[in-house]
Amino acid sequence: MRASNVLQLGIKELRGVARDPMLIALILYAFTVSIYTASRAMPETLNRAVMAIVDEDRSPVAARIIGAFYPPYFMPPALISHVEMDRRMDAGIDTFALDIPPRFQQDLLAGRSPEIQLNVDATRVSQAFTGSGYIQSIVSAEVAEFLKRYRGKTTLPVELTLRTRFNQQLNKSWFGSVTNVISMITMLSIILTGTALIREREHGTVEHLLVMPVTPAELMLSKIWSMGLIVLVASGLSLVTVVQGLLGVPIEGSIALFMAGAALQLLATTCMGIFLATLAGSMPQFGMLLMLVLIPLQILSGATTPRESMPPLIQDLMLAAPNTHFVILAQSILFRGAGIEVAWPQFAALLAIGGVFFYLSLLRFRKFLR
Amino acid sequence: MKTDPVARLEKVSHTYGATRALDSVSLDIDSNRIIGLIGPDGVGKSSLMSLIAGVRTIQQGKVTVLGGDMASAAHRRAVGPRIAYMPQGLGRNLYPTLSVFENIDFFGRLFGSSRAERERRIAALLASTGLEAFAGRPAAKLSGGMKQKLSLCCALIHDPDLLILDEPTTGVDPLSRQQFWELIDRIRGERAGMSVMVATAYMEEAARFDGLIAMDAGRILATGTPAELRARTGTATLDEAFIALLPEEKRRGHRAVVIPPLVGGKDTEIAIEAENLTVRFGDFTAVDHVNFRIRRGEIFGFLGSNGCGKTTTMKVLTGLLPATEGTARLFGQLVDANDTEVRRRVGYMSQSFSLYSELTVRQNLDLHARLFALDPKGIPQRIEEMAARFDLTQSMDAWPDDLPLGMRQRLSLAVAMVHAPEILILDEPTSGVDPVARDAFWQILADLSRRDGVTIFVSTHFMNEAERCDRISLMHAGRVLTSDTPARIVARRKVQSLDEAFTAWLEEAVGKSPTPPAASKTPTAPEPAAAVRSSPHFDIRRLLAYARLESLELRRDPIRLTLALAGSIILMFVIGYGVNLDVENLSFAVLDRDDTGLSRDYALQIAGSRYFTEEPPVASHAELDRRMREGKLSLVIEIPPGFARDVAHGRPVEVGAWIDGAMPTRAETVRGYVQGMHAAWLTEKSRELYGRAAATGDFQLVIRYRYNPDVRSLVAIVPAIIPLLLMMIPSMLTVLSVVREKELGSIVNFYVTPTTRTEFLLGKQLPYIALAMANFLLLAAFAVFVFGVPFKGSFLTLSAAALLYVTITTAMGLVVSTFMKSQIAALFGTTLLTLIPAVQYSGLIDPVSSLQGAGAAIGRIYPATYFMTIARGTFSKGLGFEQLGGAFVPLLIAVPVLLLLGIALLKKQEA
Repeated sequence: MRASNVLQLGIKELRGVARDPMLIALILYAFTVSIYTASRAMPETLNRAVMAIVDEDRSPVAARIIGAFYPPYFMPPALISHVEMDRRMDAGIDTFALDIPPRFQQDLLAGRSPEIQLNVDATRVSQAFTGSGYIQSIVSAEVAEFLKRYRGKTTLPVELTLRTRFNQQLNKSWFGSVTNVISMITMLSIILTGTALIREREHGTVEHLLVMPVTPAELMLSKIWSMGLIVLVASGLSLVTVVQGLLGVPIEGSIALFMAGAALQLLATTCMGIFLATLAGSMPQFGMLLMLVLIPLQILSGATTPRESMPPLIQDLMLAAPNTHFVILAQSILFRGAGIEVAWPQFAALLAIGGVFFYLSLLRFRKFLR
Repeated sequence: MKTDPVARLEKVSHTYGATRALDSVSLDIDSNRIIGLIGPDGVGKSSLMSLIAGVRTIQQGKVTVLGGDMASAAHRRAVGPRIAYMPQGLGRNLYPTLSVFENIDFFGRLFGSSRAERERRIAALLASTGLEAFAGRPAAKLSGGMKQKLSLCCALIHDPDLLILDEPTTGVDPLSRQQFWELIDRIRGERAGMSVMVATAYMEEAARFDGLIAMDAGRILATGTPAELRARTGTATLDEAFIALLPEEKRRGHRAVVIPPLVGGKDTEIAIEAENLTVRFGDFTAVDHVNFRIRRGEIFGFLGSNGCGKTTTMKVLTGLLPATEGTARLFGQLVDANDTEVRRRVGYMSQSFSLYSELTVRQNLDLHARLFALDPKGIPQRIEEMAARFDLTQSMDAWPDDLPLGMRQRLSLAVAMVHAPEILILDEPTSGVDPVARDAFWQILADLSRRDGVTIFVSTHFMNEAERCDRISLMHAGRVLTSDTPARIVARRKVQSLDEAFTAWLEEAVGKSPTPPAASKTPTAPEPAAAVRSSPHFDIRRLLAYARLESLELRRDPIRLTLALAGSIILMFVIGYGVNLDVENLSFAVLDRDDTGLSRDYALQIAGSRYFTEEPPVASHAELDRRMREGKLSLVIEIPPGFARDVAHGRPVEVGAWIDGAMPTRAETVRGYVQGMHAAWLTEKSRELYGRAAATGDFQLVIRYRYNPDVRSLVAIVPAIIPLLLMMIPSMLTVLSVVREKELGSIVNFYVTPTTRTEFLLGKQLPYIALAMANFLLLAAFAVFVFGVPFKGSFLTLSAAALLYVTITTAMGLVVSTFMKSQIAALFGTTLLTLIPAVQYSGLIDPVSSLQGAGAAIGRIYPATYFMTIARGTFSKGLGFEQLGGAFVPLLIAVPVLLLLGIALLKKQEA
């Protein structure tokens, strides 16, 4: 093993990327425009929820309720008829439809406890629960306010004060932007190393290298550091300029520490790229394998939906994926301002996974070169 | 007899960037004759031929072929069926996984011949080329010579009037080459009226043509019959005539190769030694008990038919491949694949060009010098030395791809020599290189051997090169037939030339071997095709020919097929079970500063719910801070001191809920749960305190969860996964199917045949639509029967939408493929273009109506959005066409828009 070989071969990889303008354009796009639009598009769980109201009462209290729904949580409600309601929900236009019955105010004042019906499109699970909770408390508050003038006190004076930490506004784009940086890191590093290897084999240059005093380990390390470096630099720049700068996401912790974590993540993912490339015989096969690996990594790492709610088996399986640890690490460092004393278990896990992946792909790689 | 020329060029110029390939060329190509194009590499021969074939767009000047202007698309379509073009490179226009028969059959279909006619003609062509025994063998498994014969069959299937062959015999062994030309002669004999244009690097081939065109630097040097050219230059051979024709500055460096005799007797050191060397791949023996001893400083030539084991033997010597049996020694040391020390003494040049095209000439030399661990201080000097020696000084900062082939070969050799090895192993180093460059190359080899004592082990197909070796070995089917000096081999066979000796040896060996003969003894010439001329307009048969080709290739690649089908099922499982939006098991702890019955009751309310898992209580704010920062707690409930007392006295109290906002989705859910539980606790306590009146509440909010009454994630997610997967996999497959043809070269068949852009794209698309529909049915079946997601609506509606949708996703792949050149960029671009919008903007998790900005705009036009609405509508909402008609409209619009866009962007000619 000679460090100079690793260095020289890595420089060669960097020069190769520098010669491919399309690839550079795609890398830039991935780390700027793609992250920016994806984060800007991401709504809070209950952001601009679309609702419609069927007002069959047309009373002051109904007007009060209608007026209580406004952005950013809700889109201004559409006032529709009973007949339209089913059609609109079927077509997926409205997520919520609130039906205020006739004589609602009258019954309310008479203490007859009238019913309001809330229809929820439960196929949109992400908004269904939180949205109905919000609607319930908004309607309750309006009704209570309305009734206050007519009735005495019947509730306890206990108030719940919600204090959200680390991201007070629960601004989803904060989290979303970092999640997107993580996806890009994973996706790019696997694609870059994998395709670099397949291309080298298709062009016959791998063989050429092997007649020189170069070992497979040196060859592999050179690809890991060069492609890893490209992705690391791109993601670091993206974090500072796009995430912190353009999107204005406040970063509490140390970016340097996060980048150290990213380097470990890259060790694991670049090894994965090499591993997949040795399995695939051709680019189309590599493309299929890539899908098979990228999608679960992105969806099950805890970046899209919380890990806690996944089945235990998947939770355990995903512990073997570097992304899971990297997502936890990113959350605690970037948002909770955690230091190494808190985040060390993730660092250790990433290092271990990276080490195992490196070993396994080196074994595969040696066989592949035979 | 002088007829109209078959092709006429008037002031034709062609440039690639700054390089001028053709410089105002005017030329007539006589019909009914065989015309050869000769000239060094990179002088515009290939450009000229591809312009005549209509493969390239004409930049400047006028090209008239078969009586019409090739700049006119209508004329190109009309004469397309009368021209056949065979591009440079071994089997570049063939489909490697298709069998010999299927390859020819595909071309027959493109030209619209009927089944009976195709079968008859293919049989005749196979018989006359001696390929009939291999009709079922995949093209990838043919030797180079057989590939070229197959390419020729493909070109001849439609009985062209003009046959254009670009270096058809480069890299082909002498015996196969001879058979190839016999075949051409026979066909010409039977089909008078066919004009043939050939570019070649072999002067002995050029000598048999009717007319020659000598080219250099984009200009015509001379035209005439071979005899005329020789007479005009006063030379004896065409090789010499060609060199004499070159302009003064090109000739200056050239001199006849002089190799002084090898000094030293039999007792000099043995550099390379093979003893009973055998290599087997499975049950195939590539190298069969080969023996040789090569002395230091000797030039040892290795000859043989394609695929005879030369390359394998060389790989064993370099340590790239282990020997199955026997030994290989370099300077008495066993070659060990793991010993890098021995590699320092060897320089290797592989058959395929193996320089880094992304590095300049200097960078290539520098990299190799460093990899061989030369002293860094000495490297610049060494590079200068190599540059001077191999005449590269002028091009040190050029990219290898911009250099002519001959120069690239010199660079390859310089790279192999940079560490001053004692042994050089060169695998067909001069394949495709012109005579001048080859002579220069051999002069360098001679100097290395005689002056520096470098042992050279070289394989070649050129007989004049073989004659320059000290000794040669003839190899066939893994065995060495003979090994001696060239002169003695010729003498022993009692023939005139080495060429004849070689052919004699091979014919003898072929005759003895159990494999069927390469050429049948009684060739039957193909009968002329019936007057079937395919239509220049849209023809469903050509479309189906491409569809058939694509499905055959897909069937031959079971890994891709399995990954596409099984992969989607696996992904459905992973996502279906993995994405669970019912947030549960959230970690929570309590900071109870009151510690009374009432406060414990409040905390219990939360601890007892299925949503939260209680962790040990928190004692202080500092601890709260620490544990939340570690991400151990999602929620902390802080109950103030005097909570119970204040509640009892009706004084306002505040309970604090600290929520970890690092992951907003989870935080939102926690907030919702806590608020709900707080409200429930209040109602319950109010009832205890104020009696029943308070319990009924002012009004009731009745929540109806529609379509998915249990609010199960699976029901919501699984139907949405189908659009996601049907987006990514089909588009990836189609984009690669087109870009792969571009990268590997078979796209040229689309350029030269009458295939229209519509036929090509739709033909490529059809099999993937079929595959995607199979995928759809499989996914739908899994959703219903394995995941137990109820299907309530109209399956017909869903299937119709799926058909539209996969047409769109495959068309998206086609559109992307039109502007991607490399498979890497295609792979990357498609992933970016499908994965992110499909996961984030199409309503998989967040409804499209809630998105903002560019994301919302993308979501509204992205087809996945509408198919997701239809999938959820039919699965969960029990809907059919009437209700979902609206979502069909964007899909119906997208199909023609994308297809037309793809057709408009696809180019029918090369730039």
